[in-house]
Amino acid sequence: MGFEGIGASVRRKEDVRFLSGKGNYTDDINRPGQLYAVIKRADRAHAKINRIDIAAASAAPGVVKVFVGEDMAAEGIGGLPCGWQIHNKDGSPMAEPPHPVIATGKVRHVGDPVAVVIATSKQEARNAAELLEIDYTDLPAVANLTDAVKPGAVEVHDGVAGNICYDWVIGDKAVVDGVFASAHKVVKLDLTNNRLIPNAMEPRVALGDFDTSSGDFTLYTTSQNPHVIRLLMGAFVLHIPENKLRVFAPDVGGGFGSKIYHYAEEAIVTWAAGKLRRPVKWTAERSESFMSDAHGRDHVSTAEMAIDNEGHFLGLRITTLANMGAYLSTFAPAVPTYLYATLLAGVYKTPVIYCNVKAVFTNTVPVDAYRGAGRPEATYLLERLVDVIAYETGIDKVELRRKNFIPADAFPYQTPVALQYDSGDYQTTLKVALKNADWDGFEARRAEAKKRGKLRGIGISTYLEACGIAPSAVVGSLGARAGLYEVAEIRVHPTGSVTVFTGTHSHGQGHETTLAQLVVDQLGVPFDQVEVVHGDTAKIPFGMGTYGSRSLAVGGSAMVKAMDKVIAKGKKIAAHLMEASVEDIEFKNNTFTVAGTDKSKTLTDISLAAYVPHNYPIEELEPGLDETAFYDPKNFTFPGGCHIAEVEIDPETGVVAMVNFTAVDDVGRVINPMIVEGQVQGGVAQGIGQALLEGCGYDADGQLTTGSFMDYTMPRANDIPNMSVATENTMCTHNPLGSKGCGEVGAIGSPPAVINAVVDALKDYGVRHLDMPATGAKLWSIIQAATPRMAAE
Amino acid sequence: MYDFTYEKPSSLADAVKALSGDMDAKALAGGQTFIPVLKQRLNKPSTVVDLSKLGLSGITVAGDKIVIGAMTRHADVASNPDIQAKIPGLAYLASMIGDEAVRHRGTIGGSLANNDPAACYPSAILALGGTIKTDRRSIAADDFFQGMFTTALEQGEIITSIELPIPQKSAYEKFRNPASRYAIVGVFVAKHASGVRLAITGAGQGGVFRHTEMEKALSANFSPDAISGIVTPADGLNGDIHASAEYRAHLIGVVSKRAVAKAA
Ligand SMILES: Cc1cc2nc3c(=O)[nH]c(=O)nc-3n(C[C@H](O)[C@H](O)[C@H](O)COP(=O)(O)OP(=O)(O)OC[C@H]3O[C@@H](n4cnc5c(N)ncnc54)[C@H](O)[C@@H]3O)c2cc1C
Repeated sequence: MGFEGIGASVRRKEDVRFLSGKGNYTDDINRPGQLYAVIKRADRAHAKINRIDIAAASAAPGVVKVFVGEDMAAEGIGGLPCGWQIHNKDGSPMAEPPHPVIATGKVRHVGDPVAVVIATSKQEARNAAELLEIDYTDLPAVANLTDAVKPGAVEVHDGVAGNICYDWVIGDKAVVDGVFASAHKVVKLDLTNNRLIPNAMEPRVALGDFDTSSGDFTLYTTSQNPHVIRLLMGAFVLHIPENKLRVFAPDVGGGFGSKIYHYAEEAIVTWAAGKLRRPVKWTAERSESFMSDAHGRDHVSTAEMAIDNEGHFLGLRITTLANMGAYLSTFAPAVPTYLYATLLAGVYKTPVIYCNVKAVFTNTVPVDAYRGAGRPEATYLLERLVDVIAYETGIDKVELRRKNFIPADAFPYQTPVALQYDSGDYQTTLKVALKNADWDGFEARRAEAKKRGKLRGIGISTYLEACGIAPSAVVGSLGARAGLYEVAEIRVHPTGSVTVFTGTHSHGQGHETTLAQLVVDQLGVPFDQVEVVHGDTAKIPFGMGTYGSRSLAVGGSAMVKAMDKVIAKGKKIAAHLMEASVEDIEFKNNTFTVAGTDKSKTLTDISLAAYVPHNYPIEELEPGLDETAFYDPKNFTFPGGCHIAEVEIDPETGVVAMVNFTAVDDVGRVINPMIVEGQVQGGVAQGIGQALLEGCGYDADGQLTTGSFMDYTMPRANDIPNMSVATENTMCTHNPLGSKGCGEVGAIGSPPAVINAVVDALKDYGVRHLDMPATGAKLWSIIQAATPRMAAE
Repeated sequence: MYDFTYEKPSSLADAVKALSGDMDAKALAGGQTFIPVLKQRLNKPSTVVDLSKLGLSGITVAGDKIVIGAMTRHADVASNPDIQAKIPGLAYLASMIGDEAVRHRGTIGGSLANNDPAACYPSAILALGGTIKTDRRSIAADDFFQGMFTTALEQGEIITSIELPIPQKSAYEKFRNPASRYAIVGVFVAKHASGVRLAITGAGQGGVFRHTEMEKALSANFSPDAISGIVTPADGLNGDIHASAEYRAHLIGVVSKRAVAKAA
């Protein structure tokens, strides 16, 4: 056993159970007498429900009960709540149409739940679901953002005029317009951010249980934040008090944001378990996941930058349409506003910024945060725009970035879009990335590729993101209906081993390892004597869960605070045992020492005394050694860095091959370098997926055209090149660890680097911009269209 | 899937009987197409007749032919030394189907019986001029493929083996659908003593087809240059969200040249 504290690449302890098939996922949990729910979903995008005949289904073998939307409504079950309220530019609140758990009156997207069939086996429930007779009147549907805001467009919700959920602004338009009016040059770019389907490896599952003796409900669910689900579902949907509701999210096989939200199925199985007094389980099929998990991205924007004659950025002006889908998912309204527009300064000292975002309802699956959430959209827009500025002015794209960077001595740096960055050094991450990618050797590689008939291109992205979400007061003032602190309980057991109870949730990130390393570091307890418990509201005091790369920066900081309390109490006990004054006790390497003497006690001596308080300062101190801390961050954290992509295009087919990828990120203090590297690799893989492969499509009728892996291009291992991943870190200045976060940087920084590389590869074809994903078919059309012109020149 | 009866006969005669007596009975080979279809409830068979106990797998060289049992898995075709040496295009084709799991379950007979317009094997069997042997007859490849998901097989007819003449040269090139990794355009070219046969899968609305213009040019001059001027019209080709008919038409030219270059 070597060094296992902060900075050690300790192997992930959870992987032993995952790789040996011993993970305990929600679907692995079965309760006595369990029933199975199958959700009948809308097969059309928009329709009036005239009548649902449940008679045949109810009479089918094995069926215990069929519920429709009216059954829940009749019991006063509310709709699914939205956790964030945005205000329009005129100060009025956003439109917040009802989001029934099971559709009533109308269905609004393919996949909208219409009925639930509960039977003694899944097979029987599926059989019976086919017997439901639903009489619909089809309505015209609108799936596409630009269509949805056209005058006379179909209304997704009655009374939501023009399908506008909100029309929000940040920045002073008059000031920004003034800067544009007198600028040397304005560079404009229209672009879309393609819609994505998250596709966690483990589909969603929910199992509701009701204890007939105690009247307690338990929901086992695939969630990134069980306490939030308990709060939302208990308080706002089913009206179950927290003391009667346990939510347990055991091992979860990937989330990427899609398992943050409170979903209808969770409420359905919990409610049904209470009605039927039996456990009810629902397990998504993959095709259901495509049409019921919240999707990501889906923006259409126009971006303009005003510049002076040397290429300095003077002002940025943006309008964005953001797709909300048919209903507001839990955090959807925050994504294109406070997680997007506030990031538009990026790493640049652009003095004034104005952004108008219209959030739009369409007849599609709700859209919400997906790895990066808002920040990939902002980064893509900005980093594409910067490349287009370079293209139009002829200024070198690296030089253009350098001259506009916020300098390393300017921190704390107040941006014009609300955020205050605490630390960063963009010149350094750029410099190291250029070196690691051998930027200077690129033209030789391009020439060599040309000999092989390939078009080689290189692209760069210098990005910044805001994570470590988030100061409660700040997000509260921005419309959040929750606080975003984190909670940790550190339980030192009588013999000195430690259990950590964290309110964050690990669904692939490796918290059981990283968080244990914090205990090794601060308390000196050996790694194998530290257990990290997460995911169970019955065990953990409280927590806001894992998303926005917050687990370490916020959850880890809560642990530090709780361990500070453990040490403080331990010192008092040690002082008593060693007959010294508390001020003279020092704690280091698991040992309390009386300063300047050789008198010492180990943490185990102290914990034993705390639990067996025979010789103990019982008058002043309670027994036990178990401390809890709530930590509310003072600010967001601001990871940033530089990503460089190199691609080769086959001009005969248009197909892009990723040949090199270099990431140099500033993630603050690194606890486990191996885990950081893995997180960056995974994020970059998703970013490459967005840039080259993935794109959720709907046809004009609102049918999903990419409803399975036959048509939705998930990246595979051999689509992803070997990557060079490194960090160049500056410390976060406002949390005790100095950590910023690494979970999303890969997905945020990489897409523009890839597209910039593709555009660079096509520079001889006069390509200024192209939208993601850069598929072979798309590039072939571009090359085809440009070839005759090139021949003519 | 819907409930069905499962049978695993141990003689070909019993299997034929089980399948012929009942219009709704279906054969199960590797299950790599059929089981997903069942899981999606797109098919409701009365009886599923598992062909795995009929002794239909194995690869043998018989003079100037290679005979492959219908139940031979893709992985076995890919790794067979005789096929690698004598029909390298076929070994390569099998190695590019799906993923490891699919290749260790899926069978050549199942693929041919299914005749998915984007499947790989039909192009090889057609270009090689193979013969499909069934429980009751022999069918020439030219007569076997009859359009998307349609073959010359009768109700209850079971493919037992595939007989392939060993060509002088062969190669397969596949332009994959980025999502499913089936063929958007797959080209199998085989140079026989009697001339060149070149078959295209993935592209045609009617499933696999021979490109006679290219065959003629290649029979005269087996080199990529021989076909570089041949333009394939987009009419009659598939178009979908991944590739328009025009793109497919263009890819037929590109992929065919690459296949020939590889074989030559
Ligand atoms: C993820 C994935 C990727 C794939 N990728 C590719 C690819 O890239 N290229 C490609 O070509 N294919 C691909 N396939 C399909 C794969 O090759 C299948 O194995 C094949 O199409 C069917 O063979 P099977 O043995 O699995 O047949 P089954 O699925 O068992 O049967 C298919 C059909 O054929 C009938 N049948 C089976 N055997 C016989 C027989 N001996 N006689 C008469 N009828 C019979 C069955 O009744 C059924 O109707 C892929 C499949 C999957 C799941």
